[in-house]
Amino acid sequence: MTAIQINSVEKSYKGFKALKGVSLSIEQGEFFGLLGPNGAGKTTLISTIAGLIRPDVGSVKIHGHDVVTDFRNARKNLGVVPQELVFDPFFTVRETLRLQSGYYGIKNNDGWIDEIMHNLDLTNKADVNMRALSGGMKRRVLVAQALVHKPPVIVLDEPTAGVDVELRQTLWKFISRLNREGHTVVLTTHYLEEAEAMCQRVAMLKLGEVVALDSMQGLLRRVSGSQLIVHLKEGALPEGLRPLVSHDENENGKGNRYSLRINAPGEVEAILARLRESGAVVDEMQLQQADLEDIFLQIMGDAKAGKGAL
Amino acid sequence: MSFVSVGFRTLFYKEMLRFWKVATQTIAAPILTAMLYLLIFGHVLEGRVEVYPGVSYTAFLIPGLVMMSVLQNAFANSSSSLIQSKITGNLVFILLPPLSHWEILLAYVSASVVRGLVVGAGVFAITAWFAHLSFAAPLWIIVFAVFGAAILGTLGVIAGIWADKFDQLAAFQNFLIMPATFLAGVFYSIHSLPGFWQAVSHFNPFFYMIDGFRHGFFGQSDISPWTSLAIVSAFFAVLAAIAINLLQRGYKLRH
Repeated sequence: MTAIQINSVEKSYKGFKALKGVSLSIEQGEFFGLLGPNGAGKTTLISTIAGLIRPDVGSVKIHGHDVVTDFRNARKNLGVVPQELVFDPFFTVRETLRLQSGYYGIKNNDGWIDEIMHNLDLTNKADVNMRALSGGMKRRVLVAQALVHKPPVIVLDEPTAGVDVELRQTLWKFISRLNREGHTVVLTTHYLEEAEAMCQRVAMLKLGEVVALDSMQGLLRRVSGSQLIVHLKEGALPEGLRPLVSHDENENGKGNRYSLRINAPGEVEAILARLRESGAVVDEMQLQQADLEDIFLQIMGDAKAGKGAL
Repeated sequence: MSFVSVGFRTLFYKEMLRFWKVATQTIAAPILTAMLYLLIFGHVLEGRVEVYPGVSYTAFLIPGLVMMSVLQNAFANSSSSLIQSKITGNLVFILLPPLSHWEILLAYVSASVVRGLVVGAGVFAITAWFAHLSFAAPLWIIVFAVFGAAILGTLGVIAGIWADKFDQLAAFQNFLIMPATFLAGVFYSIHSLPGFWQAVSHFNPFFYMIDGFRHGFFGQSDISPWTSLAIVSAFFAVLAAIAINLLQRGYKLRH
């Protein structure tokens, strides 16, 4: 069953096209990542899914319900954790969650509210006013608010931005449990290691377009092989090795340090031989598997260079 | 769709809880303000003005002050709640759930009516000690108090949706609501005005709310309460239609 169906969605603001015909299909039970640099259109897309933004062209359906024409059924199936740390200063945590339950038509929801608070380590803050909570605690309440109606589809817009390790672990443990129980999860994050660890499938957005859409394994396969990171004590990287450079870390002020893309471990010896021949002396060396960050940088770089999307 | 759905009741309850938690500001303060009006105007004008035969000026003033408090507080409730939620961003908690446009409007307006009536009852309870008041037609009192509060609550929803900043809302309140209320016969009968201003007053819908409300106390008014009711009902219908249209379109709410 399709949890979220996005069909050719376009959205412009005063001449600026934030979304340029985005189409995606996310299946029930998936843990789906929506990645992209700032300004890629991730939040615009999520706001469109949530009904906070109305598309100029195209449509979005949640469990088959159009978010504009059948918004009541669409929203019943959706829980959204907004990116901004917003709260109502008049209420305590428990009041906030009871009210949010009521907005979704649920009375006497204290059993589930208690369970959410327990899982998000909020129990001892239940009767504390929202104003008195730290940023991390407020973030937990936002997550709890999105879950009060047990939505089959959960959308998290950068839920771990600026929060501590403890919350991240607590949050991912709980969200993973919900995903195992059949909830669809859509995640946007700038922490690519989180996406790599959690997501089964990923879409990458750039300038309002989907520039990559694949399973995590499929994406990782795209950057074949590994990265050989070498730090040169003396000499320079020979010109013949320049085409293999994936990151020139000198740009980050890390000195004579390069990441070289290799397809097989056997290529390491050949590279070292070339370095020796050129008179370069290797101070430090590390062999790393390609990760989502490499793919992200490669795809974003390709998209920037206009090498096409898929 | 049911008007008494859990969603509507929850939003209504939340709006009530919101003003109740700051009752000093939302209930006690306007009662004190109305009390000061009565003491000052009543002291200065008592015995010098007789608007209706056999009715003292203080007695005439009290229903006007009660209704003014009802109207102003009903407007303040919905408008301030919406603008605060918009500016702090927590309006998203109302926009994400499956609440219908009618549920949202009715919840905000109903809470405004409750606040308006609570403040109005408070003003009446305090000021009634200062004059002998009759209840010639109590049903008119209730009808115009509820209608007036509902109209201003709806106007508050419109203003809250329209305004992007607190000063825009303040301008709406200071340049529209306040003059319309003060020039609606709270402190005087429009028959005491020159002909031109009497005619102008008839274009002010607030005048009909206050005049009809006052009729409930004294059994006499500047115009028939039935006429006032018809005009007030039409005004309410127009405002409700505008508010629903704004909510349906997501004007300044959903982009």
